[in-house]
Amino acid sequence: MQIHVQNLHKSFGELNVLRGIDLEVPKGNVVAIIGPSGSGKTTFLRCLNALEMPNQGLFEFSDGFSLDFSKYPKKNEILKLRRKSGMVFQSYNLFPHKTALENVMEGPVIVQKLNKEEVRARAVSLLEKVGLGEKMDLYPHQLSGGQQQRVGIARALAIEPELMLFDEPTSALDPELVGEVLSVMKELAREGQTMVVVTHELKFAEDVADHVMFIDGGVVVEQGPPKEILKAPKEARTKQFLDRVLNPS
Amino acid sequence: MDWELFWSSIGPMVEGGIKNTIPLTLLSFTFGLILALLTALARLSGNKVFSGIARVYVSAIRGTPLLVQLFIVFFGLPDLGVTLDPFPSAVIAFSLNVGAYASEIVRASILSVPKGQWEAGYTIGMTYPQTLRRIILPQATRVSIPPLSNSFISLVKDTSLASQILVVELFRKSQEIAARTYDFLQLYITAAILYWIVCFILSLVQGRIEKKLDRYVAK
Ligand SMILES: Nc1ncnc2c1ncn2[C@@H]1O[C@H](COP(=O)(O)OP(=O)(O)OP(=O)(O)O)[C@@H](O)[C@H]1O
Ligand SMILES: [Mg+2]
Repeated sequence: MQIHVQNLHKSFGELNVLRGIDLEVPKGNVVAIIGPSGSGKTTFLRCLNALEMPNQGLFEFSDGFSLDFSKYPKKNEILKLRRKSGMVFQSYNLFPHKTALENVMEGPVIVQKLNKEEVRARAVSLLEKVGLGEKMDLYPHQLSGGQQQRVGIARALAIEPELMLFDEPTSALDPELVGEVLSVMKELAREGQTMVVVTHELKFAEDVADHVMFIDGGVVVEQGPPKEILKAPKEARTKQFLDRVLNPS
Repeated sequence: MDWELFWSSIGPMVEGGIKNTIPLTLLSFTFGLILALLTALARLSGNKVFSGIARVYVSAIRGTPLLVQLFIVFFGLPDLGVTLDPFPSAVIAFSLNVGAYASEIVRASILSVPKGQWEAGYTIGMTYPQTLRRIILPQATRVSIPPLSNSFISLVKDTSLASQILVVELFRKSQEIAARTYDFLQLYITAAILYWIVCFILSLVQGRIEKKLDRYVAK
């Protein structure tokens, strides 16, 4: 088990956005999270990286590291948690004042304090892997959305996270650019990278995910293998959601 | 126009500028910026005590005349047993003044950097100071160059107030010569032109810096 999340709660003031979510992600597995807008998908992913502080919940990692949010965690525990996971944002959030290569090198050089030359070599190979070997020295504004998002993926991978978190990585992209990002993600999955992906791309979830979780109103309504959840859902709410996604009118 | 007076007066004025006006400006601006950053961070920290102190400081400086602040430091502090020379007194007063005004600029420019930039820093494992220094401040700097340049240019001119606490800077030199020769108009216009030249050069430098920092921004 790469990560085990238990009973995760998060509220913003009076609004209870997450109401007891459990998730187990076996090593090398891909979990896809689907659900209607406002159901708490982004909030859940942000909690996994402590960008939002859960009100309650327990994270356990395979190496014995655990974090209990019933009391406020210490700073270094939060840093440790963040170094275990890489986050890919819907809006890329690349550093605009750094080139693609510098974006990717930033984490290993500044956070892990690794040797700059070794990091550069690894960053170059990561950028080549996401198909941007030619674009390393360009600034984010000189790249297309799809290219920026692939830099975002390389930047997250650079810290060698046990777990990759994706929050609708393709939903800000023009349709013709979605494929290039998804294929990078597929490749990662094939290599055995553990991933949690919030997505509206049901085809991707079906093809790549080992496990699909449907959440609505801050609770897990239904979860299981993609074939079951996407093709033969048991819950009415899941059916209704899939209907609306597949037949938008 | 009395050319003989012009040539004999310009030397001392330029000397006052080089020996006092410019060092006073540079030192005060440097200390002022450090103070401004600390004040801005205190206001942004969410810590009630720090941000309260910062607010009172900014309000007090902005709510009182610069000349009065200079007089308090130079003529007032000796009553508390703190007697300083004119130049360090002026540096203290001007630094405090710049710190308060520039803190609002720094604060606004830090706030202008999207929240996602902080988060991107945090998700690759950076700490608050690392993210601030490596990610946020470089982007905030770009935004803050035009208003900070204005502060800097204002400061150059404001240093003429230091003449009132016996700092022998450019304007005081012109006053001294005028007191001897009574050529007020010519001497003060010469002083004005010297300030103008310095400020004009500074605005050229500002343009260059902005251009350089713009290289990573989409046009
Ligand atoms: N910082 C915040 N403060 C207050 N409310 C918030 C905050 N962030 C999210 N919310 C609320 O929490 C709920 C869940 O938001 P979240 O962004 O997690 O939904 P989502 O499932 O990702 O939706 P979408 O598919 O539209 O991205 C929403 O009602 C949202 O308004
Ligand atoms: Mg979302």
